[in-house]
Amino acid sequence: MAEKVMVKGNEAMGEAAIRAGCRLYFGYPITPQSELTEYMARRLPEVEGTFLQSESEVAAVNMIYGAASTGTRVMTSTSSPGFSLMQEGISYIAGAELPSVFINVVRGGPGLGDIQPAQSDYFQGTKGGGHGDYRLIVLAPKSVQEAVDLVQLAFDLADKYRNPVLVLADGMLGQMMEPVEFPEFRDLKTLPDHSSWAMQGCEGREPHKITSFDIDPVNLEKMNLGYQKKYREIEAKEVRYDTEMIEDAEYLLVGYGTMARILGTVVKLARKEGLKVGLFRPITLWPFPYRELESFAKGKKVLLTVEMSMGQMIEDVKLAVNGKIDVNFYGRTGGVVPTPEEVLRELKKIIERSE
Amino acid sequence: MAAKAIFKKPQSLSKKEFTYCPGCHHGIVHRLIAEVIDEFGIQGKTLMVAPVGCSVFAYTFFDVDGTVAAHGRAPAVATGMKRAMPDRVVFTYQGDGDLAAIGTAEIIHAANRGEKITTIFINNAIYGMTGGQMAPTTLLGMKTTTSPYGREIEREGYPIHVSEVLKELSGVAYLERVAVSSPAEVRKAKQAIKKAFTAQLKGLGFSLVEVLSTCPTNWGLSPVESINWLNENMKKEYPLGVFVDKVGELK
Repeated sequence: MAEKVMVKGNEAMGEAAIRAGCRLYFGYPITPQSELTEYMARRLPEVEGTFLQSESEVAAVNMIYGAASTGTRVMTSTSSPGFSLMQEGISYIAGAELPSVFINVVRGGPGLGDIQPAQSDYFQGTKGGGHGDYRLIVLAPKSVQEAVDLVQLAFDLADKYRNPVLVLADGMLGQMMEPVEFPEFRDLKTLPDHSSWAMQGCEGREPHKITSFDIDPVNLEKMNLGYQKKYREIEAKEVRYDTEMIEDAEYLLVGYGTMARILGTVVKLARKEGLKVGLFRPITLWPFPYRELESFAKGKKVLLTVEMSMGQMIEDVKLAVNGKIDVNFYGRTGGVVPTPEEVLRELKKIIERSE
Repeated sequence: MAAKAIFKKPQSLSKKEFTYCPGCHHGIVHRLIAEVIDEFGIQGKTLMVAPVGCSVFAYTFFDVDGTVAAHGRAPAVATGMKRAMPDRVVFTYQGDGDLAAIGTAEIIHAANRGEKITTIFINNAIYGMTGGQMAPTTLLGMKTTTSPYGREIEREGYPIHVSEVLKELSGVAYLERVAVSSPAEVRKAKQAIKKAFTAQLKGLGFSLVEVLSTCPTNWGLSPVESINWLNENMKKEYPLGVFVDKVGELK
């Protein structure tokens, strides 16, 4: 078994990407994820990789487009305002079906916001911040170790489905240090072969053309139906979630990422007081575990969604239970992280009201 | 005696017919690029980035691997490709709306980094595909659909001189402004494109060829009148010439 090392979240995600076979990084510094950019600048040359600090996030995402079109493993990382700037390129990358990995270490918004952890980019990640009918696969880690594991998974899913994958973290995860076990370095020779479609030079074959473009609406609709077919496959195969003490629970908490971790403490505190509380945590925010949440929510007395935002994932929670149970909400925003005690207080108030 | 071909379609051009308006210069410039690719024997390792605008279909006219960038972003896309595959030849094809308005940041920084890519920059002083609106390169007094009273300094500022701006950047290895409005100029333009690709093949840095071009449809002139207008007006505002040459004499 590999040794555990103490690493900061941002740096751990960088190392995980390199071990997954990523040798190209394009990005622009922004707090609270700059350590990731800096880590790649330091580390990539050591593994004969390429780091380039772009002139903007707009340029970074287009460099990703270019590199991904050659079939090479490539990534970028940013934080909320930077992720907004990348939306144009992400729409193009999704349309051109290019595998690539994005890490958004979310901070308070809207606008310049602040540099504290938040979850208010859920809509942008899961519903499509750019134009057109497209989807990103969105993975939400709750610990530094899980961030490492999900960054690795992100590259594999990106390659498998030729689709951009977003790791949606937050400032808390980026800045905290935790003991981590890294996977072995991936042998670059074992990475998926993209030569059947990638732009690598047309020597000995017909030229490859990669675009998100067709001027004929009927053809463009065909392309879109192709994307949708892929999205349905991803929905069928890639849903991931986690639960804590859910089997006998009377009251159900729903949260993701850092918030879910805090909710884990809430579950323990509540159980000590004899309240049967359980937790449902989506790991893939898209595809969202609608059916799984619906089945776990069945028969529960209270369902409470808690987010570090004014309520974005709650729309998917409501879709999951489809009016069969009331969905309560508690959230803090602007970079304020709720404490377990305040969430428990809220939960008790809701239980009192409902009984 | 067996027949000998002395003139044929370049191998690097696809069979697809050009969709450009009569009198537009895109077709000539496409042909020159394809001839240069053929002469260097680099068809099999060339990657191209087409723009948004009239020449958006350029990726289908060349028999090389190709993609289309978002409006203005071609130099960033090309940067990603070149960094991923440094031994391939990467070129972008961009118009003045693409390169001199929305894509100003990307072209300046790619040039300044000395990115080893080649850009063919088509300057026809107007937005073509969107229907003849003002470009940053539109001449003073020139009427377009969004400068219907003629471009005025007070209102729209001065025409931007892309080559004169880029020549100050240390990363530029080759930079020339040409035209294709006469056979002699076509030959000079081809030499310029050849030198620009040479700069990339030799790893000297960023290279760009600005081509003054006509847009008969949006200028509201016949093809011949367009060439006259270009000669009389555009060349005064945008003088032809070599701005940077780190390549030296071609063998």
